[in-house]
Amino acid sequence: MADEFDIAVVGGGLVGAALAWGASGAGRRVALLDEGDLALRAARANFALVWVQGKGLGLPDYAAWTARSAAAWPDLAAALGGETGIDVRYGRPGGLHLALSEAELERRAAWLGRLHNQSPPYTVRMLDRAETARLLPAIGPDVVGASFCPDDGHCDSLRLFRALHAGFQRRGGRYRADSAVDGIRHAGGEFRLATKRGEIRAAKLVLAAGLGNARLAPMVGLAAPVRPQRGHILVTERVAPFLAHPLATLRQTGEGSVMIGDSQEEAGFDTGVDTGVAAAIAARAVRAFPLLARANVVRSWAALRVMTGDGFPIYEQSAACPGAFLATCHSGVTLAAAHATVLAPQIAAGALAPELGVFSARRFDVPAAA
Amino acid sequence: MTIRDAYDAAVVGAGPAGLAAATLCARAGLATVLFDEQPAAGGQIYRAAGTTPLRAGTILGDDYWRGRRLVADFAASGAQHVPGAAVWSLSREREIGVSLGGAARLVRAARVILATGAIERPFPIPGWTLPGVMTAGAAQILLKSAALVPAGRTVLAGSGPLLWLLARQYLEAGAEIAAILDTTPRANRRRALAHAPAFLASPYFAKGLALLRAVRRRVRVIGGVAALAAEGSGRLEAVRYAAARGEQRLPADLLLLHQGVVPNVNLAMAAGIAHRWDESQLCFVPERDAAGATALDGIAIAGDGGGIGGAEAAAEEGRLAAIAAIRALRPGADLGAEEIAARRSLARWRRGRRFLDALFRPAFVPPADETIVCRCEAVTAGEIAAAVDQGCTGPNQLKAFTRCGMGPCQGRLCGLTVTQLIAARRGVSPAEAGHYRLRPPVKPLTLGELAGLPAGNAAMKAVARD
Amino acid sequence: MFRRRPEAAPTLAIRVDGVAVPARAGESVAAAMLAAGLLRFRDAPAGGAPRGPYCMMGACFDCLVTIDGVGNRQACLETVREGMAVETQSGPRALAR
Repeated sequence: MADEFDIAVVGGGLVGAALAWGASGAGRRVALLDEGDLALRAARANFALVWVQGKGLGLPDYAAWTARSAAAWPDLAAALGGETGIDVRYGRPGGLHLALSEAELERRAAWLGRLHNQSPPYTVRMLDRAETARLLPAIGPDVVGASFCPDDGHCDSLRLFRALHAGFQRRGGRYRADSAVDGIRHAGGEFRLATKRGEIRAAKLVLAAGLGNARLAPMVGLAAPVRPQRGHILVTERVAPFLAHPLATLRQTGEGSVMIGDSQEEAGFDTGVDTGVAAAIAARAVRAFPLLARANVVRSWAALRVMTGDGFPIYEQSAACPGAFLATCHSGVTLAAAHATVLAPQIAAGALAPELGVFSARRFDVPAAA
Repeated sequence: MTIRDAYDAAVVGAGPAGLAAATLCARAGLATVLFDEQPAAGGQIYRAAGTTPLRAGTILGDDYWRGRRLVADFAASGAQHVPGAAVWSLSREREIGVSLGGAARLVRAARVILATGAIERPFPIPGWTLPGVMTAGAAQILLKSAALVPAGRTVLAGSGPLLWLLARQYLEAGAEIAAILDTTPRANRRRALAHAPAFLASPYFAKGLALLRAVRRRVRVIGGVAALAAEGSGRLEAVRYAAARGEQRLPADLLLLHQGVVPNVNLAMAAGIAHRWDESQLCFVPERDAAGATALDGIAIAGDGGGIGGAEAAAEEGRLAAIAAIRALRPGADLGAEEIAARRSLARWRRGRRFLDALFRPAFVPPADETIVCRCEAVTAGEIAAAVDQGCTGPNQLKAFTRCGMGPCQGRLCGLTVTQLIAARRGVSPAEAGHYRLRPPVKPLTLGELAGLPAGNAAMKAVARD
Repeated sequence: MFRRRPEAAPTLAIRVDGVAVPARAGESVAAAMLAAGLLRFRDAPAGGAPRGPYCMMGACFDCLVTIDGVGNRQACLETVREGMAVETQSGPRALAR
């Protein structure tokens, strides 16, 4: 039966595609259900960073999970390249976070102190201006220093997205666009998903629908307290290589264009471009690298990150509807390797490892201290 | 030039619609500004009407010189003309982002009239990116603005009134045309017949007939042409095509392509104005009312940017949009007579357009796989088809999969092809396939220009990080 | 490929890749180059193939050249000036330019 699957993954963005690719193969029938051409698609807000610097402050398990994914990234890139012929252009040259004033540098150093107290599974160190300039000769006079993490890297996230979809289909997975899920029934040990293109039946269900999880999770006895956080991205024309390392807010792509962004705005579901925010992003970019003032901005857009109250992911299996899993995060690129090679096999096997228990949404149930 | 922070009326585009709109607004006493990207007023149809070096009045024809009157009236109206201005954004609050002489600024207006005109429909054939292949419109711009005519073997190919008009202008200017390769589908003649009575009564009939006759007398015209391709190593060397006598190869130095014009919608789309697919003109057109008003308060669209109607109709639409703007800002204004005159004239100039739409409606034949569709990113028709087969349902997912449409032209040269390719491959309508979701900046501006704009505290907070 | 009609006699000169090219005041850089027989304006950063003006109205971005040291200028929108230094381009623009 074409519409019966072992696993149905809801959400065709980076999280869903990584899980679907990772869960497919080995004779498993996997469906990946997606919305149409204008889905909110948090993947469109991604910055293509495979980033560990600063991850997990306040939650060491998240630091470990991130570091584990970053460590698995070379294998992910190689596997996708081998299966699909698509080079996702993964590289780990080490990443920086620039400080544009002494006050910013002090705050960054204090932040690093807190991080060190937690003994994260990666190294971050502060660089002074001279050390920063050795790595990034194009910095401007406002740059006073940076934090640097040699484990940070980046990729071509468009190619990653394409490769995950291509690999998934090559492994026999079925991709269904225009198939937003309107309702879910759990009966007789299977899930029945209502879509406008017909009913999908699956033994297991993975909700990877980003902001859509808030609506879908309660249908299978789960909760996904997520909210949209808007981020703007500016992209310049292609320019000759000038930046050997990615920054948290600025990177040069393999094509040569420069991506600049990473604003964090609470703007509801509005994905409109705000000229003021674009101007603020541009101003910081030009202070960091004055030569960028001459580069033409050819595109800008705003997209919505999927944020939880504490900024950490939710991974959970439903107690009420066993076989239903929830996966949501805002680091779909960095975590793609962990999702594909660690989480997806666990879902396929029917249970999450105990170490992922810390990512249950039950952590949000704790009543606020009186 | 001093540009104010705010105007009563801002008009974008100095073609017939924009000139007529700005002229009326200014005459009514509104503080009016007209932003235009070109160095001189006139738009493309009346390109360089006030500055052209061409002296021989017969080359460009009487219609072109009508533009001089529009330009002169505009110059005398008191409206502020800002040439060389790239408008890169328009917000719902009618804040216009404009780049001028290397500096960007934001200008507010109580009423905005978009008169962004038309662009030529994409004409993707193998080899269309070779130097030596241009649009017929481009060649006409070179004639009007710089008095350049072709030297060497020149081939015109495609369909539509502009192709024939250019041919006659070239003949008048003493240039030779090796051949016209007419791709107009023969079946169009039958479909157009239904609209023939209105056309016969329209001002276009006599002019069109005379034009066709004049050109056919002096140029080799080959009809029923398909499978056009440009060939050459580093530059155009020959044109290949299929016709009744089979595959042909024509050595050529210059190939001028044309298959009609379509609304230039990028700014309107990026502003958030809804567009719908127009099946008769095979393009997206903005939703607007009879006076050009859109769903965005105070923003109207006039002229070909709202749907192709030609220069004369565009001027009348510009006047109607201006009358609506004047009435909104000067409630006592009595413009009843002007409105009636504009409506009458508009009706006259719209008569016969359906015949032209039907006669010159291009057949959509999916380009051969190796054909570049997105010129900026060099994405081929075959790559697009493969992405659709992999589940891409629309242009936006296609962008993510292939980079198609991500270059500086922002889909102007590939958008309609992509919509039609996806629709054909999926077996759905172009309306369902959809269009690129466009956002500002619709024209590039430098990061330095953007950085110089006011950000505000909330914006600065959103990007400051620790 | 193009020639000037008598009305368009040159009135000034620009330099293209170091070579003097006659131009008429008021015309675009693209027009002056085309009138001088120059068709290839750049090699595209995507694909590397040669490109020249296609639309002449600012839409296609295929006529990009370096003008007075600033890269990726639309030659069809820039008006000639006496002594203007134009360079054809190859690949992505260097940001120093």
